[in-house]
Amino acid sequence: MKVLVAVKRVIDYNVKVRVKPDNTGVDLANVKMAMNPFCEIAVEEAVRLKEKGVATEIVVVSIGPKASQEQIRTALALGADRGIHIETDAEVQSLEAAKLLKAVVEKEEPKLVILGKQSIDSDNNQTGQMLAALTGMGQGTFASEVVVDGDKVNVTREVDGGLMTVALNLPAVVTTDLRLNEPRYASLPNIMKAKKKPLDVMSAADLGVEIAPRLTTLKVEAPASRQAGIKVADVAELVDKLKNEAKVI
Amino acid sequence: MSILVIAEHDNSSLKQATLNVVAAAKAIGGDIDVLVAGENVGAIAEAAAKAEGVNKVLVADNAAYGHFLAENLGELVAEVGKGYSHILTSAGTTGKDFMPRVAALLDVAQVSDIIRVESADTFVRPIYAGNAIATVKASDSIKVITVRPTGFDPVAAEGGSASVEQIDVVKDAGLSSFVGEEKAKSDRPDLASAGIVISGGRGMQNGDNFKMLEQVADLLGAAVGASRAAVDAGFVPNDMQVGQTGKIVAPQLYVAVGISGAIQHLAGMSESKVIVAINKDEEAPIFQVADYGLVADLFEAVPQLEEELKKVL
Repeated sequence: MKVLVAVKRVIDYNVKVRVKPDNTGVDLANVKMAMNPFCEIAVEEAVRLKEKGVATEIVVVSIGPKASQEQIRTALALGADRGIHIETDAEVQSLEAAKLLKAVVEKEEPKLVILGKQSIDSDNNQTGQMLAALTGMGQGTFASEVVVDGDKVNVTREVDGGLMTVALNLPAVVTTDLRLNEPRYASLPNIMKAKKKPLDVMSAADLGVEIAPRLTTLKVEAPASRQAGIKVADVAELVDKLKNEAKVI
Repeated sequence: MSILVIAEHDNSSLKQATLNVVAAAKAIGGDIDVLVAGENVGAIAEAAAKAEGVNKVLVADNAAYGHFLAENLGELVAEVGKGYSHILTSAGTTGKDFMPRVAALLDVAQVSDIIRVESADTFVRPIYAGNAIATVKASDSIKVITVRPTGFDPVAAEGGSASVEQIDVVKDAGLSSFVGEEKAKSDRPDLASAGIVISGGRGMQNGDNFKMLEQVADLLGAAVGASRAAVDAGFVPNDMQVGQTGKIVAPQLYVAVGISGAIQHLAGMSESKVIVAINKDEEAPIFQVADYGLVADLFEAVPQLEEELKKVL
């Protein structure tokens, strides 16, 4: 079966985020960019499904500026077979991203679509669910285990208070949580091979989707910083402070 | 304006987060209705009707909603919610699961995880794991919103007298079914709403040592949490994780034991009123946010803490 994986180019998770002095956003100039960590887990899961003989082809798609092709190449080096780049310099919000991915789903007709549960920049946690709703598919969000069984997929989900398993008709959408797998690193020969794998570039207009953001960011600020308090000498002083100064016990 | 709040519950009791979401709805202003969807939820509807500020409780009681499957809830909420100006629910794992489906079915944007209401169309939410705070204006006619409960003080659970109305909308999308669940059992308070939280990190060394924290927690009526490092090391299950990718907590007192204070952990607890850090490394970043820091070996300090607490409680 064919698996479609969506990946996003975001600020590298090791980079310390700085808010721009004019409060219009986060400073991304000359900042290291990388594949969103949850998307890496999505790619890894697809590759494992292929290694098990469950998946036959892995198509990776990314929406964003030209440089997003770096992340598509990374996914190809990890084991995806071909790439689709929907090129745009515009800000693409979750609903538009879901509509673009829906258009790709209609063209490619994958049995399974795997996405990260959220991107670590906008932290929305929406696109997979929106794609599932728009395409009339079931969804297994925050997945910690994915088992394809005939025309169904069983997804174990990380939910408040424990784990929950659902069975979904295929085709279905899965979004990944942290403990689904541990992504591998790309080997040098695979990075070289990835350069020759096919990559189609298209625009939002080619897919018949208009990018029209519904949300406007008015300002972005640094969070209020907390002041370091005092050091206490021993446990007795700590308990005394909590009881008589902070009055929280 | 009219606001629909989707109640969070587990088919046995109303989750406190619902009261925080009603508080967010009050900050927006307008009539507030609460939708309780689930199976055998009569008592939960009664509880929701007593919450302060609620106008009407709508009850969708059907097996199709018993396991909160997003495919079914999404269709239900999109249909019931289309007459409202705002649809709100808690940003727990259930709300995060079904709410974007509601937004997509209504063809509107969703504003996730708000922590403050500026006006009826403008909301404040953390981005970049809480390293930046964005103020966002929504232009759609229906605002679909998930609320981070710790951002709003809950309304009173008692005192209201809303009417309760059954609604006969059954949506079974037939796309998904419930297979099973593993609930972490605990007599302690729920991590996300506990007044006191005591968390352990990699410094705990193994899962057995968390018993020390549990003993202190039981003295204080506290919940026990963990850092991602402790979860990834397999000491404790993932539902105990406090942090950007785990639970966001904001208790009156947060005690971090053997936790260095990685940015992703701080994002999950830095809104706590009072923070205590116990760590043997005096350079640990956790001390930069702690109100009270104790540089000590936790294996000596935690048993002492238990003894000292027994004296004063």
